Amino acid sequence: MVSVKKKGVLGDVKESLIKKVFQASGLLAIIVLLGIFALLLYTSIPAFREVSLKEFLTSTGWDPTSPEKPEYGLLSMLASTIMVTLGALLIAFPVGLAVAAYLSDVASPRAREIIKPVVELLAAIPSVVVGFIGITLVGPLIAKTFKLSHGLTALNGSLLLAVMALPTIISISEDSLNAVPVSYVEASLALGANRWQTLVRVKIPAAISGIIASFMLGMGRAIGETMTVLMATGNARAFPHGFLQSVRTLTATIAIELGEVPYYTTHYYALFAIGLVLFIMTFFLNLTADIILEKQKRKLQ
Amino acid sequence: MKSSVKKSRRHFRSQLTQFVGFLALRISVYSVLFMLLYFFYDLGSKGLGAISWEFLSQVPRRGMTEGGILPAIVGTFLVTLITALFAVPLGMAAAIYLNEYARAGRLTRLIRLSIRNLAGVPSIVYGLFGVILFVNILKFGTSILSAGLTLGLLTLPWTITASEEALKSVPDSYREGALALGATKWQMIRTNVLPYSIPGMLTGAVLGLARAAGETAPIMFTGAAFYLPFLPRSFKDQFMALPYHIYIMATQHHAIDKARFLAYGTALVLVAFVVLFNLGAILVRARLRRKWRH
Repeated sequence: MVSVKKKGVLGDVKESLIKKVFQASGLLAIIVLLGIFALLLYTSIPAFREVSLKEFLTSTGWDPTSPEKPEYGLLSMLASTIMVTLGALLIAFPVGLAVAAYLSDVASPRAREIIKPVVELLAAIPSVVVGFIGITLVGPLIAKTFKLSHGLTALNGSLLLAVMALPTIISISEDSLNAVPVSYVEASLALGANRWQTLVRVKIPAAISGIIASFMLGMGRAIGETMTVLMATGNARAFPHGFLQSVRTLTATIAIELGEVPYYTTHYYALFAIGLVLFIMTFFLNLTADIILEKQKRKLQ
Repeated sequence: MKSSVKKSRRHFRSQLTQFVGFLALRISVYSVLFMLLYFFYDLGSKGLGAISWEFLSQVPRRGMTEGGILPAIVGTFLVTLITALFAVPLGMAAAIYLNEYARAGRLTRLIRLSIRNLAGVPSIVYGLFGVILFVNILKFGTSILSAGLTLGLLTLPWTITASEEALKSVPDSYREGALALGATKWQMIRTNVLPYSIPGMLTGAVLGLARAAGETAPIMFTGAAFYLPFLPRSFKDQFMALPYHIYIMATQHHAIDKARFLAYGTALVLVAFVVLFNLGAILVRARLRRKWRH
């Protein structure tokens, strides 16, 4: 007791100083998020001195280096991004949900101990390696199957992005399925439903909001993925017409052009504007998913 | 009599659906496992031949159609070092704030929301941010420093989350014991919380860093160089990096067919590095988890 009192005022100051340091680190997260938004916005604005916002958002032509008439339309790339992303989710969502259901309802504890780290490992494969696999393995397979001259198509991108979105979908969906109270399951089994019926008619409906959130988070991942689509989709600068054509996404456009563009030109600013669009899209997906998950957590508690 | 036949038929049908349903789940899992194994097999079988001591210890030669990847290994190591120095202490500090100091309230909710949202910001957007902030505003130029700090920001949400998990696993009784003996909050954290959570924190940090080391988009414009046949001399230099090198070898090389072999080798080195760190972390974590259960 005495030794504590000895420290007196000085000790109090030290304690509150230490707390301030930790608090500042916590606040950094908010500052970084706002900072990203603010700096992207600030760097995008000069682009709109030459390009109208309407042209940027609704025109399909993107040709900033044309000497006669540079074009700054984002729509083709936006459509490509959405197409590749939806294609990926069409594969990743059912498979991901199935794996999540297997982990939560079928797998023995030992099987779980093996499968879960493997899924984590899947998330750890660098995107550039996935893109490389797209060039060397999946792409040629697509070319052979559909008799194309090369396999660098939207389909290639979708297949690879599906792999990259899987871990997110699996882990969030599994968490949601596991959060369903045991009493729900027991009640269903006691009424004579078997385990499959319980899974499909009780557990999945009860966890549906979390499953939707996992879909949205997987979508955010796929939209923002750069290296994989850059390497695997061929990057043809045109409005996409089908999964067997080359497409060029928003992220790939930034990656291709930012290295060559002279600093502080309209083209340079326009690339940051694309970045801003990406940031806003993923921000709202993440935010909505977050709100859904919070609500579910409160409901199931 | 009739109704019991009907009943048993219905029972049979629902049992059949269950069998088919569970089979479908099982097939999904096996196909994911098979796919991953096949990836590894393909990379391993085609990349192993490229790997030799020369490959790991020499600089690229003849326009990157011969020689090794030493500058890329060193570059990735140095960048990850900067990332670690930036993201690990800050991540730990933020986690300590959230788990030990923060009260439930609007500010804490906002911090947590920001962290989760930062984890979902596309990596190329971090790259753009790095170009503006570190390369241009802070004038670090395209350098190891700029790229390392950009990756540091990207890693921050992962290190915070992992550190918080580690702090949460320390039982409250440890904290109460210290406080009951008259320790101040910081004394309690220093003597009764940190010593038990540091291993978990570092494990999480290593996982985050292994992932950061494999990122390409954030370093493309903040410091990674196409081809530098020597090692960087300072943190203000540009550098070669393993992931960027794979991208170059696979798509931007003037003789892609000649370089394919070396690209496989480089990809294998990067994947081996990431997988080893992950397996290590998984094992350590499993041991820590068992320890706290008792």
